[in-house]
Formats: sequence, structure tokens, C-alpha cells
Amino acid sequence: MAEITKEDIRKPENLIYKKTDLLTDKPLSYCPGCGHGTAHRIVMEVLEEMDIQDKTIGIAPVGCSVLAYEFMNIDMQQAAHGRAPALATAVKRLNPDKFVFTYQGDGDLAAIGTAETIHACNRGENIVIIFINNGIYGMTGGQMAPTTLPGMKSSTSPYGRDVHMMGNPLKMTELVAQLPGTIYVTRQAVHTPANVRKTKKAIRKAFENQKLNKGLSFVEIVSNCNSGWKMNPVQANEWMVENMFPFYPLGDIKVND
Amino acid sequence: MKGNEAFAEAAIRAGADGYFGYPITPQSEVMEYLMAEKPHERTGMVVLQAESEVAAINMVYGGAACGKRVLTSSSSPGISLKQEGISYIAGAELPCVILNVVRGGPGLGTIQPSQSDYFQSTKGGGHGDYRMIVLAPSSVQEMADFARLGFDLAFKYRNPVLVLSDGAIGQMMEKVELDEQRPRFTEEEIIKNTPWATTGKTKDRERNIITSLDLDSAKQELHNHALQAKYKLMQEQETRFEMISCEDADYLIVAYGTSARISQKAVDLLRAEGIRVGLLRPITLFPFPTEIISKLADQVKGILTVEMSAGQMIEDVKLAVGCRVKVEHFGRMGGIIPSPTEVVEAMKTKIIGG
Ligand SMILES: Cc1ncc(C[n+]2csc(CCOP(=O)(O)OP(=O)(O)O)c2C)c(N)n1
Ligand code: SF4
Ligand SMILES: [Mg+2]
Repeated sequence: MAEITKEDIRKPENLIYKKTDLLTDKPLSYCPGCGHGTAHRIVMEVLEEMDIQDKTIGIAPVGCSVLAYEFMNIDMQQAAHGRAPALATAVKRLNPDKFVFTYQGDGDLAAIGTAETIHACNRGENIVIIFINNGIYGMTGGQMAPTTLPGMKSSTSPYGRDVHMMGNPLKMTELVAQLPGTIYVTRQAVHTPANVRKTKKAIRKAFENQKLNKGLSFVEIVSNCNSGWKMNPVQANEWMVENMFPFYPLGDIKVND
Repeated sequence: MKGNEAFAEAAIRAGADGYFGYPITPQSEVMEYLMAEKPHERTGMVVLQAESEVAAINMVYGGAACGKRVLTSSSSPGISLKQEGISYIAGAELPCVILNVVRGGPGLGTIQPSQSDYFQSTKGGGHGDYRMIVLAPSSVQEMADFARLGFDLAFKYRNPVLVLSDGAIGQMMEKVELDEQRPRFTEEEIIKNTPWATTGKTKDRERNIITSLDLDSAKQELHNHALQAKYKLMQEQETRFEMISCEDADYLIVAYGTSARISQKAVDLLRAEGIRVGLLRPITLFPFPTEIISKLADQVKGILTVEMSAGQMIEDVKLAVGCRVKVEHFGRMGGIIPSPTEVVEAMKTKIIGG
């Protein structure tokens, strides 16, 4: 059998995977193994597959993904902490033919931005909200988030979250599913190839909903924060499966077709 | 028309694309008028009652970042809530118009008119080194005029413009002449006139990013230098004021908005007594008419500033005057409008006799 050369591998017909052009060439600034990078990729792949790069406006949050606009090769706006759904509301209402999404962490979406999130959902803004829930404030160094699990350690709950003192974790996704304005509410993960495929399908569905003017689609991605959790990536994923998933069960919560 | 209604109607006619607000006295008529007018039918303008002033100003950010003509209005406590958003808008260099129909503070204060938000309006309010162009109407006509002028200046400089009114002018009824309807921007005009706007990345251009963030200190400093250069240009090109009876004046009153109306009557009363007083009315509070006040300081024997506050604009007047002549403040607080005779008294006791 003839040797396979590099040139053979590079032939278009042998190509099995290619980074989407909707990701820039800038190296990701995320910690190795962090779910943010995978989430970015699949959102961009969906936009590429739907061929809507020229019609999409993304809203970046404040959090580790504050620089999402450095990596996503689309027009983007960077919002004040928690306010992305307010920006998205105006962008969509003023440009009904554009596709609009927010990409937000749990502190951004479920603490400081609770009002903006709930009211955008309740008004049924025709947008997509991508919600990265890693149970912690990654960017600021691992403080307690509204989503931090009971007993879970963080830099501001160093002995574990005492729910009597610090309150209970907030299940924002279940909460917004109650609102008449949400059309599709789902919780997914990106730690295995199978989950990545499911999440990508969910994101595709969310953008298809927007195309059909159906209302607000809300996709939570339960993710890891190795740095904040003080674990290596493998441990973090195991810990996420054992501890986060029982509290934040994966799957569709609301599907109005 | 009421001042607030004139502003709202003028905004529609200026070709506004979107209004985002939250009710608060004494400016709720702005959104009430807009909703009643159905501008979505008249021009396609979007009017949305937001869940808070915080949301409203961030909706303005989102809309402005798309190159749209967007505005919001509120009164003092609501404007305080908007400060973070305004700072972001200034940092990201987005055009928009913000109306503050000022009421007395601090705190919930009163719903009656005041001018105690001067510092907040002209010196920052939010965090960081930024400025807004601040237009101070003193009539219902100017409420209407400054809606359109506000948009034009905002787009000229890619900067937020604040219309600093007060409860008296917002609620007052006067005759007003309105401009003809100007069409809203077309998609093509937006792409041509505001090429930085997020309109969707097409193959023929790089992506557009609207942000106030730059973690590289050297670049952030450069950005700040560029902002300061822009503010300096505004000072050179956009300073506006009105001079009333200043040619032969021995004494000067400096006042804006409602206080300028009262002071104009006081000038007439004083002149009837043979005391030659003039009125300098700043129309832009930033940029402040420093140069003309400095010039007048060489002519007059004393200057009285009249403000419905504890004395805020007086600091800028003193900066313009230095120690050349006496500068004193007269004002009422808590929602009380001074009377012309009170101003006459203050001029006599604090400046002429003082
Ligand atoms: C008004 C305001 N308050 C606080 C902060 C500081 N801050 C930046 S990011 C962040 C938390 C982000 O956490 P999350 O949204 O969960 O995103 P992650 O980094 O975990 O992805 C905080 C509190 C800020 N930038 N602005
Ligand atoms: S701090 Fe956490 S969320 Fe942020 S990049 Fe690192 S692992 Fe990801
Ligand atoms: Mg987080």
C-alpha cells in the first residue's frame, strides 16, 4: 500500500473536519478544557450551516466570554454586565429581519441580569439566549454564583455554600420555562461528543425558531470551570456529571412546536 | 403643547427609530404621547416600555450600536439608574439622545422642578473620563428643537447628547412650531453613514464590534486621548449661549433653563430701576460658554448665578471668571422655583450692595 502523504490528507475530498470560518484565527483565551470554547464553536457552526453570518448580531456578556467577539467572526456588541437581553431586545425590534442572540454566563444572566433575562423572556422577544452555567463566577476568580450548588466551595463560600446563610441556587431555566414568552427551553452540556451533537441540534432549533418568528428560545449549557472549581479538566467533567447534572438535569424543559 | 409632548412629537419628526423608557414623574407624558401617537404606524418607529431605566438605557445602547436614531427619557432618580449605561455608550462612542426632566433630590426627593443634576450631567455622572453634550432648553420650543439638534450632534460626534430640562419646562404649555417629518434612515444610509454599526457582517468587510473594553492599557489610553480630543472639538465648535441686554451691562446674571426665564424678568425689573443688568444664558452646559463669560467678567462689576440648586453651575462660572469680579449664587431647592423679585433682592444684597 502506498504511503499516505500530508498532501493526500489535505485534499478536499479527504477532509473530515474543518474549523468553521465563523471562528476567527485568534487563539481562545479560555483555560484548557473549558466548555466556553466548545460552546462558541457550535454556535458558530450553526450560523454557518444556516448561512446567516451576514444577518446575525451577537451580544457578548461580562464574564469569561466577554471577549467572545474576538473569536466569533460576526458583528457583535459587548454589553454591560447582565444587560445583554436588553440590548438584544432593541437590536431585534429595530431589525426584525436580523438574527440576534445573547451569550451569557450564570452570574451575568441569573444574578445581576435577572430582571433583563426574565422580562425579555416574558415579552417573548424573538431572540436566542445561550446560557453557560458553570456554577461560579469564572472571570473574577471563582466567587459564588446564584447557581453554585449547596455545599459547593467557592472563594466567597470557602466552607461550602450554606443555603441558610447564602440562599439557594437559582434554577433560572426552569423559571423562564414558566413564562408564556418562551417557546423553547432546554438544558444541555458539551463535555462529550454525543452531548456536543445534542447541544448543536438544540441551538439549531433555537435559531430556526427565530427564523419562524416563534418567540424566545433559551438554551442552557451546563459547563465546567476547572480554574474556579480548582480541578483539572478531567476531574471537573467527572465532578460536573456527578454533582451538577443531578441538580441541573439535562434535556428539554419546554418545547412549543 | 406641553414641553414633554413637544419633545416626543419632535423626536418622531426627527426620524427617530426607537424610544425606550420607564415611567417617572414629571416626564411620563413623553412615552404616553408616543404610545398614543402610534409612531409604528406613522413612521415605523419602535416605542417600548422597558422593565426599568437600566434596561431602557441598555436598549438604547443596542439600538444605537445598529446605527439607529434612538432615545430615552427619564427624571432624576431614573437618570441616576442609567449612569452605568451612559458611561458604556460614551465609551463605545454611540450616538443617542437622553432627556432628563429634572426633579428635586437627593433620593426620591420631590416631583417638583429642580436643577440639581448639573454636576451629574456635565461632570460625568457615570464612571470614567467622558462627557456628553448637554443642551438646556428654556422653552417648549427648545424642547422640540433640541430633540432634532440632539440627534444631529449625537451622530456628528458619535456621542450621547443629554437634553437637561426640568419639571417646569416639561409640564409647561406653550405654542410651538414643529419641523416637517424627516424620514428615518434607510438600511443603505445606515451602512453608508455609520459604517461602524453592527448590521450583519457581509463578505466585503471585516466584522463590526461595538465595545468599550480594551484590556491593553496602552490602547485604552489612546482611546481616552481620542475621546478627549473629541470633547475638545465639541468645545471649539458647539458652544451655544444667548445674551440678553449684555451690551451695556454693569452686572451680569448667568442662568439656564427655568432659572433663565425667571432671571430675564428680574433683569427687566432691575433695569426699570435704572440698574443695568444683563443675562447670559448657557444653552450648552457642556461645552460651557467659558470664553464669553470670561470676556463679560472684564466688563461687569459682579456676577450672580441663579440656579434651582445649592449652586452647581457657579463652579464653572468661577472657573471662567477667576478672582476678577465677585461671583455669588442665588437659588432655591426642594422643588421651589425662585420668583423674579427674589432674584432682584439677591442681586442687590449679594452683588451690588455686597
Ligand atoms: C457592574 C459590574 N459588577 C461586577 C463586575 C465584575 N464581574 C465581571 S465578570 C463577573 C462574573 C461573571 O460570572 P459569570 O457570568 O458566571 O461568567 P463566567 O466568567 O463564569 O463565564 C463579575 C462579577 C462587572 N464587570 N460589572
Ligand atoms: S475561569 Fe473557568 S469559565 Fe473562565 S475560562 Fe477558565 S475554566 Fe473557563
Ligand atoms: Mg459562571
